[in-house]
Amino acid sequence: MHSTSQASHHDHGPSLRQRLAARGLDAVTLLVLPAALFLVLLFIYPFAFGLVLSFEPKAGGSWLANYSRFFADPFLYETIAKTLWLSIPTTLLNLFLAVPIAFRVRLMRNQRILTAILILPITLGTVLVAEGLLNYLGPQGWLNRTLVTFGLASQPLKLLHNYWGVFISLLLTGFPFTFLLTLSYVTGIDPALEQAAATLGAGARQRFRHVYLPLLMPGFAITFCLSFVQAFSVFPSAVLLGAPAGPTRVISIAAYQAAFEEYDYSMASAIAMIMGFVQLAIVVAILASRGLFYRGPASGAKG
Amino acid sequence: MIRDTTIGAKLWATAVWAVVGFFIINLFAMIGTVVVSSFGTRWLGTWLPAGWTTRWYSSAWSEFQLGDVLIVSFQVVGLVVLISGLLGVTAAYALARRDFPGKKLVMLLFLLPLLIPPITFGIPLATVLYQTGLAGTFWGVVAANLVPTVPFVILVMIPFIEQIDPKIEAAARVFGANTFKLFLHVLLPLLLPGILASLLLVLVRTIAMFELTFLVAGPTSQTLVVALYYAVFAAGVRAVQSIDAMAVIYMVTTLIWLLVALRFVNPAQIVTRAKQQPAH
Amino acid sequence: MPIALSKFDEVRLDHVSRDFGSLNALRDVSLTIKRGEFIALLGPSGCGKSTTLNCIAGLLPVTGGSIWLDKTRVDTLKPEERGFGMVFQNYALFPHLNVRQNIGFGLKMRNTPRVEMERKIDEAVALVRLKGQEHKLPGQLSGGQQQRVAIARAIVIEPPLVLMDEPLSNLDAKLRLEMRAEIRRIHNELGATTIYVTHDQDEALSLADRIVVLRDGVIRQVGTPKELYEAPAHLDVADFMGFRNKLKGKVIANDGDGRAVIDVEGATFRGVTRQALPIGAAAFVAIRPDDLMLGEPGINALKATVETIEYRGREFVGTARSAQGADFVFRSHHSIAPGGSIHLTASDDRVLVFADQA
Repeated sequence: MHSTSQASHHDHGPSLRQRLAARGLDAVTLLVLPAALFLVLLFIYPFAFGLVLSFEPKAGGSWLANYSRFFADPFLYETIAKTLWLSIPTTLLNLFLAVPIAFRVRLMRNQRILTAILILPITLGTVLVAEGLLNYLGPQGWLNRTLVTFGLASQPLKLLHNYWGVFISLLLTGFPFTFLLTLSYVTGIDPALEQAAATLGAGARQRFRHVYLPLLMPGFAITFCLSFVQAFSVFPSAVLLGAPAGPTRVISIAAYQAAFEEYDYSMASAIAMIMGFVQLAIVVAILASRGLFYRGPASGAKG
Repeated sequence: MIRDTTIGAKLWATAVWAVVGFFIINLFAMIGTVVVSSFGTRWLGTWLPAGWTTRWYSSAWSEFQLGDVLIVSFQVVGLVVLISGLLGVTAAYALARRDFPGKKLVMLLFLLPLLIPPITFGIPLATVLYQTGLAGTFWGVVAANLVPTVPFVILVMIPFIEQIDPKIEAAARVFGANTFKLFLHVLLPLLLPGILASLLLVLVRTIAMFELTFLVAGPTSQTLVVALYYAVFAAGVRAVQSIDAMAVIYMVTTLIWLLVALRFVNPAQIVTRAKQQPAH
Repeated sequence: MPIALSKFDEVRLDHVSRDFGSLNALRDVSLTIKRGEFIALLGPSGCGKSTTLNCIAGLLPVTGGSIWLDKTRVDTLKPEERGFGMVFQNYALFPHLNVRQNIGFGLKMRNTPRVEMERKIDEAVALVRLKGQEHKLPGQLSGGQQQRVAIARAIVIEPPLVLMDEPLSNLDAKLRLEMRAEIRRIHNELGATTIYVTHDQDEALSLADRIVVLRDGVIRQVGTPKELYEAPAHLDVADFMGFRNKLKGKVIANDGDGRAVIDVEGATFRGVTRQALPIGAAAFVAIRPDDLMLGEPGINALKATVETIEYRGREFVGTARSAQGADFVFRSHHSIAPGGSIHLTASDDRVLVFADQA
């Protein structure tokens, strides 16, 4: 079944196609192009466009006018602090809850049901959680009725249209996310390491402190970053459950209002850039401190 | 982990499970409130509504034009799944099989849309789409939703493709398969579990994708989740139960697909996307 | 009609090179393989033997030279156009196809009519003795059975050339011997032309009609197993052929007729050489462990101290070190305690002498 094409004596040097193939550039490599092009067009370009646009204020003035306006107007610059005041405590709380639970769940034989329940709020999304909490946390909702009935509160707690409404929704949607990431790191550690530590006389607390913690620190750092970035971009629940003109006027609300209520896309882009910059700054700070931790395989010598 | 049987350890375990239990009870109670309310006639100051009815569903259906919204939602989701599958699987194949200069940069390009929250890149994206006139249209919504889903498919598929021994492809070639036959007879059957898993996850995520759709959708290109947001936002205009009925419809559409997806993927994969599962 | 392999006269590698994008570079490899031959490409890992095979199969493009099947140039063809059969190191069976479908894959790609395809698969299944396993998936087969499927898949397409890339390296020792015999049986029954890559000299010696020894991408020696075993042309080939003891010494006599006398630490060894060795030049004496004998102290014996001794059933295998630090492997019929002194000699025709190339 071999071809019978007669010998063609072209020269013996490698062709351009062969030389490119040797560097990994051939027809297969080109398959990456459609997706890459699409993302350059709809992700990189908008970002670059937004960055440039943010330096071209709608009302004219200096190229930094949007940014100086943002940092001069308390109604605008305070959104950063308000967003951080929501996102950092909830992220930390989620992480502190997730770690001990992940260590317990790791022992479970059937984790699937629990993880399936926990992904419910993620799958349903922030809008539905906000809608549910509006009912559930209300003065006549089941939560307050329970608290009052059991005498845990003398009168219904005010949990809606303030800081706590958004806080609770960030716990509800953020915890499963943090937990599942933590769990994947915790289960990635070879149990033989802990057994080895135990044979060497380390108690449960020492095993956590001296074996797990150093190995898990990089994972926790990444988990914190991803969870934080999610919480920092809180939007629908801050509008629906919080006080979008007051304590929960987060930065995404400011960006949204600039774009879709004032139609000032230049200002909106500037706020989006600031939002991205703050996220980036926190993530870089966390990941830079990761250099202090052990980095390498967490599964023993096999790597 | 080594099981500890001291009193302290047991108390600690109990405390941990109590927190989990508390979380799950509140979660189900929150969902339960919505479902109960959507079937209730009048519900004020009592544990349960005064009576039961299904009329909120028919009123929600007509008030919110749910028929149209659902059709748009399914069209958007269907196209997003199809296109992100095509773009994602081909790109993942190239990235899994080839090393080329600038590969790290390309990987970063595919990682960023997953790391950066949609609202952050959604505002510049919406700005560009408004400038080009795509915003507000059906295709604008599809394009915006593809920005995170294409990288998602790529990152899920790369480990799937990497675990297929390149020798198997070499064998197919040696035994006479051209590129098309190789894909049809060898790659497609081997990758099917991975493709199915990643596309189901894309489907679930796209149904629930609020921010991007919200930023670029117009009145005729809204998906269900955005319609739900507007309904909740303008609460007071409509009966609460009507909105709750709509929320239940949304939950059902999401959960059906979630249940289908859970047959094929580990639930944790919805969050930790890079986790691979073997094809066999 | 039973499986009948394509008719052709020879496969010719003409100055084949592969010199970038790969660590296993090939330099100027020329080789002619006649129809019906069983050729083994032998060498240590990284010597270029698998690169050669992949170039013939078309999985790696050659960067210089050409490959010919009689008058047809094949190195410019895609792998799927060459029509060779190949057995991969880890078999590379299609995990989603059962035994029959795996074997029939090549026929299906060729759009072979159904009846003919079924018949040929049946014959191949019978040839590799896999009756009854035909509907299992590769994952349900043992290593030896997977190996048989891989061989059947390669021969069922009736290729002019069957390429085998270390096909036995994943099997345990017992199965390896069994499959070795099977491969030779199938080769003989079909009258196939086979190129077989291995790093195991035993495999090459027992299977091949001719052995090609490669090192650093260059052919070092081509010959029949007997030629290579008895008269390796270079020190490294000798090493590969089991001359594990290599002692550095000085030429003290050379009769110019293929015999030289070498002084190693005061002991003299006489051996066969095919190289011109001037008196006084540095040279290596190569001796197989089997041929190193324990002797009495004397002018020809090299004194050494036993370091380890292992019981191997029929005999003992020991290592020893000379006063100047040369290491030996030797065999003995009785145990010698480590630390004991021994005197090693070898008969003249069992010693090879090579010039010191380093």
